[in-house]
Amino acid sequence: MLSRVAERIYWTARYLDRIENTARLVDVYHKLMLDLPPSTRFEWTGLIAILQAGELFEDHYKNPDEKSVIKFLLGDKQNPSSVLSSIKQVRENIRTTRDVLPEFIWVLINEMNLFVEQHLQQGVNRSGRIQFLDGIIHGCFQINGLLQSTMPHDDAWYFMMMGRKIERADMTTRLLDAGARLYALLESQGPTINTHQFVWANVLLTLGAHQPYRRTTRSAVDCEKVIHYLLEDPHLPSSIQHCVHSIHKACDHLPNHKSLTPKIEKIEKNLFKSLNYNQLGKPFRDYLDKLQEDIGKLHDAISDNWFPCFE
Amino acid sequence: MKALWQDYDTKGFFDETIMPTGKSRPLASKLINYINQLTSEDFILKQQMADATIKQMGISFTIYSQGANIDRAWPFDIVPRIISKQRWKKTAEGLEQRLRALNLFIDDIYHDQKIFKDKIIPKELIEKSKNFRKECIGIDPPHQAWANICGTDLIRDDEGELYVLEDNLRVPSGVSYMLENRSITKHIFPELFKSMSIAPIDDYPSALFDMLASLSPRRKSNPMIVVLTPGIFNSAYFEHAFLAQKMGAELVEGSDLVVDKDDCVYMKTISGLERVDVIYRRIDDLFLDPEVFNKDSVLGCPGLIRAWSKGNVAIANAPGAGVADDKVIYAYVPEFIKYYLDESPLIDNVPTYLCLDKKQRNYVTNHIDELVVKPANESGGYGILIGPKSTKKEREDTISQIKNNPRNFIAQPTIALSTAPCFIDSKTLEPRHLDLRPFILQGKNTYVTTGGLTRVAMQKGSLVVNSSQGGGSKDTWIVDGEEV
Repeated sequence: MLSRVAERIYWTARYLDRIENTARLVDVYHKLMLDLPPSTRFEWTGLIAILQAGELFEDHYKNPDEKSVIKFLLGDKQNPSSVLSSIKQVRENIRTTRDVLPEFIWVLINEMNLFVEQHLQQGVNRSGRIQFLDGIIHGCFQINGLLQSTMPHDDAWYFMMMGRKIERADMTTRLLDAGARLYALLESQGPTINTHQFVWANVLLTLGAHQPYRRTTRSAVDCEKVIHYLLEDPHLPSSIQHCVHSIHKACDHLPNHKSLTPKIEKIEKNLFKSLNYNQLGKPFRDYLDKLQEDIGKLHDAISDNWFPCFE
Repeated sequence: MKALWQDYDTKGFFDETIMPTGKSRPLASKLINYINQLTSEDFILKQQMADATIKQMGISFTIYSQGANIDRAWPFDIVPRIISKQRWKKTAEGLEQRLRALNLFIDDIYHDQKIFKDKIIPKELIEKSKNFRKECIGIDPPHQAWANICGTDLIRDDEGELYVLEDNLRVPSGVSYMLENRSITKHIFPELFKSMSIAPIDDYPSALFDMLASLSPRRKSNPMIVVLTPGIFNSAYFEHAFLAQKMGAELVEGSDLVVDKDDCVYMKTISGLERVDVIYRRIDDLFLDPEVFNKDSVLGCPGLIRAWSKGNVAIANAPGAGVADDKVIYAYVPEFIKYYLDESPLIDNVPTYLCLDKKQRNYVTNHIDELVVKPANESGGYGILIGPKSTKKEREDTISQIKNNPRNFIAQPTIALSTAPCFIDSKTLEPRHLDLRPFILQGKNTYVTTGGLTRVAMQKGSLVVNSSQGGGSKDTWIVDGEEV
């Protein structure tokens, strides 16, 4: 498999996951806003903070209101991670790697692209937003279903796996960080709402992990348990443990992985070493920063090992 | 539905579907009966369905306009064009004959040049051709086939007679659109495939694969075949990706390839370098190898010609094959057929005046308002003067260009191209002019597509069918039966 193709496949998977993550995030946040009493000081820009896109947002928007935030995340071409930009990226990558992907993925991405172009305004306006986001999420399910049911487990498959898992791990750490910050803030404001439920249940929902959490832990939503579940559960597809382990396994299936394996093993072994569940304030956020760094290192290692450098 | 036909007027042209009496030709009667059962609304729905399918399937082509690349949905007319199987069989034989003669000519040019010694054509014609590559002299591509993929443009005149208009031997495109057109019609007219016997066309990618494999320098059962594209900004990128996918070949760009010290071509893969056997290149000669041709080219790969000339890799079409893709050379193809094959041509050329010849040049400049004047080495319909539709200034400009460089121009009578019904403005069926581009392959064996890509001049009265200049296309049906 061409190195250039491998790189595009990897990014296809990353962007696909980014589309789904962003749509879910906006969906959950939107529903959350509907629940909150109007007196609560809770901003739409929280979404921007979670995605660490503050600077870019401020460059392009004067008013940090609902409409601007939603437009920025869903349909802004100048935001490279917006749903629209990500779909364009995926489409471009699929267009240039059609020879190694299931044929029908091209049709599905065209449909998703057309859907977003035609219904974007619906998503920006409140009234049609949920249907719009559902449409995108369904589109992602379709594509992932197609890949799952027809794609041979060849090299392209494993590059896809690595891309998806890197992106997912990144999202999970971001949500943990956002959860931890919001939790601390609300706790400091005194007992107005059930903060455990309010913050952590929504984090779980965003990751599609609410029901699995309940089934696995057989307990109510609780800050420490949720964090533990999202970091260390071996079976949840968006847990850090599962993501890093999947990357490790995928890597072992690919040619030329010998020098890479020890690096990944080291990261995997030390993933939770510096974590202390008794200290979920600042030390926890420092831990998450380090985790972000590790994920970045994983990406760099993959990229250095397999992707071309064109001088 | 009568209203659909209210403006249909075949006067002055050969219409392939409707006879001058207004009745359909027998071969098309099932199609026309079917159309006549539809209401205008049904017909509009069919067109919309086709448009939606095109968008969903992402069938697009790129045009360059004012420095920008624009990705356009493929322009498609839903009414298929019908040609009889009997006529097609004869045409296909003629096309194969033509390509065999062209390949013998190219091989001769780069070896003994017997054809000059026997004074069939003057040597200076080749020496002045901008597609002659001295670097190719003495090289022996497999099966003596230089042009492995040829797109030959055919037209029918006002009597319905078929002629060759030109041979595209460099990097002809359009075959993916031919295949996609068929899949669109299968979406919108499934009933007709039941009632009419329409020959399938979808074996092209596998025929292409077999032909390319027959060029492989290594005798192994699964040679590494790649499609070399200039990249996503090329107007035919859609087709490059399409063909690679259908053949299961790698789609590569120049930067993916490297020629090693052993003069073999390799591609950069995740497991290191992997040897390449056959390159189906979709970039022009001059960009193939900066060591030999255009030094600034970043599209090709340094050393490619070295590897090719040592026989370590096959390149299709072979570098230098374009020497026969020249409208002056075209005029001599009937002579080649007699000279190299000792056969008489099965399909005729359009009569052609060579401006290089003084007598013919004088005829051209005196009758320029009746003729179509073409530069010898352009493609895509660029630089053409259509005499009867030109302004005085345009004619004068062309005459002075001819005088400056007579070798570079030919002229042909303005032919009243045949017509077929097209659905215009979502309202009525009207006749529009069309041509046909079949694709011919030659490696170890030869192959001709069943039909080809029909291109339509969508503007009323226009003769320009190129998609870069507002042309459209139609599905082409080769159907059992005789033409009347």
